[in-house]
Formats: sequence, structure tokens, C-alpha cells
Amino acid sequence: MSQQLLRVKDLQVEFKSGSITNKAVNGVSFDLDANESIGIVGESGSGKSVTATSILRLIPNPPGKITGGDIYFKGNNLLEMSNNDIRKVRGNEISMIFQDPSTSLNPVFKVGNQLMESIRTHQNVSKKEAKKKAIEMLELVGIPAPEKRMNMYPHEFSGGMRQRVMIAIALSCNPELLIADEPTTALDVTVQAQILNLMKDLQARLQMSIIMITHDLGVVWETCDKMIVMYAGRVVESGEVKAIYQNPLHPYTWGLLDSQITESQESTEALSAIPGSPPDLSYEIKGCPFADRCPYAQAICYETTPELAEPYQGHAVACHFQTTEQQLERREDAYVDGSTSRS
Amino acid sequence: MRGFLFKRIIQLIPTLFIVAVIVFFITRMLPGNPAAVMLGPQASAEDIAAYSDKLGLNDPMYQQFFDYLLNLVTLDFGNSLSYNQPIVDLIMERFPNTILLAVSALILAVIVGVPAGIIAARKQNTLIDYSVTTLSLIGVSMPIFWLGVMLVLYFSVNLGWLPATGMGSLEDGFWDFISHLILPSIALATIPTSQFARIIRSSMLETISQDYVKTARSKGLKEFMVINKHAFKNALTPLITVMGLQFSALLGGAVLTETIFSWPGMGLLIIDAIEKRDFVVVQSTVIFVAVIYVVINLIVDILYKVVNPKVNLDSNNGGGK
Repeated sequence: MSQQLLRVKDLQVEFKSGSITNKAVNGVSFDLDANESIGIVGESGSGKSVTATSILRLIPNPPGKITGGDIYFKGNNLLEMSNNDIRKVRGNEISMIFQDPSTSLNPVFKVGNQLMESIRTHQNVSKKEAKKKAIEMLELVGIPAPEKRMNMYPHEFSGGMRQRVMIAIALSCNPELLIADEPTTALDVTVQAQILNLMKDLQARLQMSIIMITHDLGVVWETCDKMIVMYAGRVVESGEVKAIYQNPLHPYTWGLLDSQITESQESTEALSAIPGSPPDLSYEIKGCPFADRCPYAQAICYETTPELAEPYQGHAVACHFQTTEQQLERREDAYVDGSTSRS
Repeated sequence: MRGFLFKRIIQLIPTLFIVAVIVFFITRMLPGNPAAVMLGPQASAEDIAAYSDKLGLNDPMYQQFFDYLLNLVTLDFGNSLSYNQPIVDLIMERFPNTILLAVSALILAVIVGVPAGIIAARKQNTLIDYSVTTLSLIGVSMPIFWLGVMLVLYFSVNLGWLPATGMGSLEDGFWDFISHLILPSIALATIPTSQFARIIRSSMLETISQDYVKTARSKGLKEFMVINKHAFKNALTPLITVMGLQFSALLGGAVLTETIFSWPGMGLLIIDAIEKRDFVVVQSTVIFVAVIYVVINLIVDILYKVVNPKVNLDSNNGGGK
């Protein structure tokens, strides 16, 4: 692909509450090229949103703090920028949209005001030009009668329309990177599809990269080139979306894929779920963080933490049993032993 | 909006009627015969009886009550017994002084209390925050009569900087006017300032963590705009409620402050009238104050709509939150 746009290297983020420190993100690294889209998946609390929010340094501090790592955007380290410089990146070169459009738009300002504000913050244009641009943006995201809509308040819009407004605000300064933090989670299923299609369409038209944070693998499949799977603040698997779908290496990824609803599924059939819950990140985790929930865990899994390794070209996994063959072998072992959990 | 106003004005009638009834019976319950108080200790029993008759105090209670209501409805407030002048004139003479003092106190409270609250919320759990919360706690619990006396003692008696009592006039120069205003305004503003600081601090703490504030930051806005535009406007609703209540109370006459500083306002008028058993003045001023409360409440409800577009004034509960 083309030149590298974003490089996140060994990102560490901690949240402090009293004497407890939660390592929400623990050594996350990934790269993103121009015009490329990457999906970050994982369950609640896996650190995916924190990772994305850290890119624009929007982690609320206190209690959150980026304690290590680097984030390079077009060669500049965002974490070392002055507050003034990072502000020029926010909303301009990198934009963000959030999960719940009903709370992420300010309820007491007109939609037009919120759009024009973004435009006028980064572009030296008159009010009139900003208004024109704002109307264009609303049109671009498919909002009918944009002139009229400019003077309306967020509560006068439907959920999907609000998310379109958020997208219009995010894209108003032609960013090179759009970070979408669960953009469809709060929407109806039919509206979800519309918003995803809109984002895909705009990505192609406006030539930008997208970071898509989601717990919905279907969304990643639909919209992304590559993906990383996060668990307990770490990357457990990363690679091309197709490669991961065809050959998931980490037991956690298997679990995620298994828990998807498939077309062939009978309505009476129970969905498969991953038993247990993610580990408490305020404790130091010994061994693999997934070991407690992994049906195939072996002694080594409780002893040493697996590093992210690349058994196949471009497809990395953090598991002691990396290759397909090792995985299969281990499944059989587990079946024979019957001892699948520590206790 | 028009429907809302109409409905609210109609709603005023029962409220004011209830106030009128309560005021009537309470003034009748005041100990002491007004006629006796007004004629003085030397007056003979016959004089007192004759004067009571003249005032209608010997009429049956229901008749007094209906006369009183009739006068109210026809907006005939009558003459003061002790001042010998129409009550409307008395109120119109005193009310502007009260407005002056109330508005200065309110302005002072807003320009000190609101920024203090915002800063405290921004610097939560720091020394600044602790100072603001402690000072505002002292402020709301401060006995105003004590504070007023201390202010007079320090600034008027010891330092001799400011006049202790009375109201200045612009004819004697701008400084004379302002200097008389300073101490009573400070005394009167202490409680509202502290309340505003506390209210704004807590509502800002709530709005600062909202998603739209994160959105505002993600748009690259300066922190000043994020806080003072996006978070602040959302934090205004509780402030407006408290401001309305405080302002009504200030306009109703700050009895303590006006007494300490001999400020010729409504508060002093009411106290004076009560002392003289001038029940006609007491009735009328209290009803006047009630009207002020109701009008300010109406303005507050309209302001909710201005601050929060989601508020629908024409809905059943008539606005508010």
C-alpha cells in the first residue's frame, strides 16, 4: 500500500482511582497506511476505545494517563506535541466520531452552529463561507433539506441523522484519518447499515483512513482492510481481515467468531459465548491474560505471557500455540486431558 | 409561547388569592390593637375605640375580609395609617431603592460566584477547589446581620472608608452614590455568591464529563471555548433556578440588610409597618412581594427555554425541568 500515515508503538495507558491503577492499554502497537481502514475489536473493557481516544490525547486526565509509547502521525509524535499543536490536529487532520450520537452532539446549540464552529476553528473563512461549507457537508452525508436542518437542534433529529451530523462535523475539514468509536452501536440495525455504507462511500470519495472501533465483527468484515483483536489491554491477534476470518489463530478470536449469528443458525439454537469475564486489570497478570477463559490452556499459559509473534506473513498472534497445526494439536490434548482450567 | 403565557397568568390568580387570604388573617393575628399603637400610650380608651371604629376594626371579620378583597380586586390599596399617604406611593418610593440594592448584589454574586464555581470544577480536588468550596460553605452559613455589623465596624468605623448607613444620591456625586451602595451590596451578595459558586461547581462537574464536551475537544476547540461555551451553557439550568429564587428574595426586600444599613427599601418599610401595626401597609407590601415572586418565576421558566431548547413551554407541566 501507500505511505504510512499512523504508527502506534507500544502504547501504555493507565487509569488511576485512589490507590488502584488499571492498565487499560498495555503495549499496543499497530500501523495504518493512507486510505486504509483498520478495525479494532474486543469486548467491553478490552482497551479498544482507550487506544483510539489516546491518539488524539482525549483521555480524561485525571484519572487517565498515557504512560508510555509513541504515536506517530505523518512522522510527528502526537504524544510529544504541545497542546496548541495537538489542537490543530484534532478535528482537522484526525477527526473522531463517537458511539452515542444523542449525547455527543451538544443539546443546546443548533446543528449548524456546531458544524460551522468546527470549520471556522481550522479554516480561515468568513461566516458566510463556513455556512456554505456546512450546508455542503450536510448534503454530503445525505441529510435532506440541509438549509432548514442547519437551524435545528440535535433533539429534532433521529438517531441515524444525528450520527450523520457527527460524520459531517468530523469530515468538515477533510481529515486524513477518521476514528470511529463504535459509530453504529447505539443505532437501529437498519440505520447501522446505512451509516456503514455512508462511511465506506465517503472513505472512497474523500480518500481517508479509518480506525473502526467495534465489538461487532460484521462491521469489521464489511468496512475494514485489516484488524486487530484486543483483549485485556493487549493485542492478541492482528492481520488482514480476510486472513483472520479464514484462519483465526487466537482462541479468543475463535470465540468471537463463534459468537456471531450466522445465517444457517436455527432460531432455537443458543448463541455460543465465551465463558467467564475479562481479568481485573488492576492486578499484574501472570501468564496469558486469556488463560482463565481459554478452553485449551496448558501449564505454560499460566506461567509466561505470550509475545505477539508472526507465524504467517502479516498475521500476528499472541499465543503460545501459534500455528494452525499447533492449535489443532492442542485442542486434541485438551480433549484427552479433560483438564481445561486451573483451579 | 402565547398559550403558555396565558395559562401562567391565569394560574397566578389562585396563587395570589391564597397569599391574600393568608396575609389578611396573619395581620389580624398580630398582637396589639393598631389603633392603640398608633394613638400612643397617652390615648384614652374612648379615643382608641373611636379610632378602631374608624379603621373598621370593630366590623365582623367576614365583612373586613370582603372589604379587603374588594379593595384588592379594584386595585385600591388605600392609605397607610402611620405614614398618612397612599400605599402605592410608599411602595413606589421604596421599591426602586430595593431594586438598586438587589441588582447590585445579584451582579456582584454572578461575577464572583459563577467564575469561582467554574474554576473550582475545572480544578477539582485541588487547593483552589477546596478553597472555593470551603469559602462558599462559610458564605451560605454566614449570619448576615453579623457580617453586616462587622463590615460596618471595619470599613466605616475603623478605616473610615465607607459610610455606615443610608443611601447616597447621585446629586451628591457619583462616589457618594456608590460608596453607600458597597457595604450593603457585599452583605447582601454573600449568600447568593456562595450558592452560585456551589451550584455552578456541581453542575459543571456533571457537564464536563459529558460526551459533547469530548466532541468539542475532538473538534480542536480551545479549552476556554470547550468549558465556557459547550459545558457552561449546559450547566446553566440549575443556576437559573437558584438565581430566580435569590433575586425574588432580594427584591422582596432584604429585611436584615436594609435594617442594618438603614437602606430605605421594601424590607425596612415592612418592618416599620409591622412595628407600627400598620396592617394595611403590611398586607399590601406582602402581596406586592408575592407578585414579584410569581413574575420572576415566570421569567425563570421562559429562561429555561432560552437556555435549553428541549424545554417545551407549551407542554402540560408548563416548562421547567
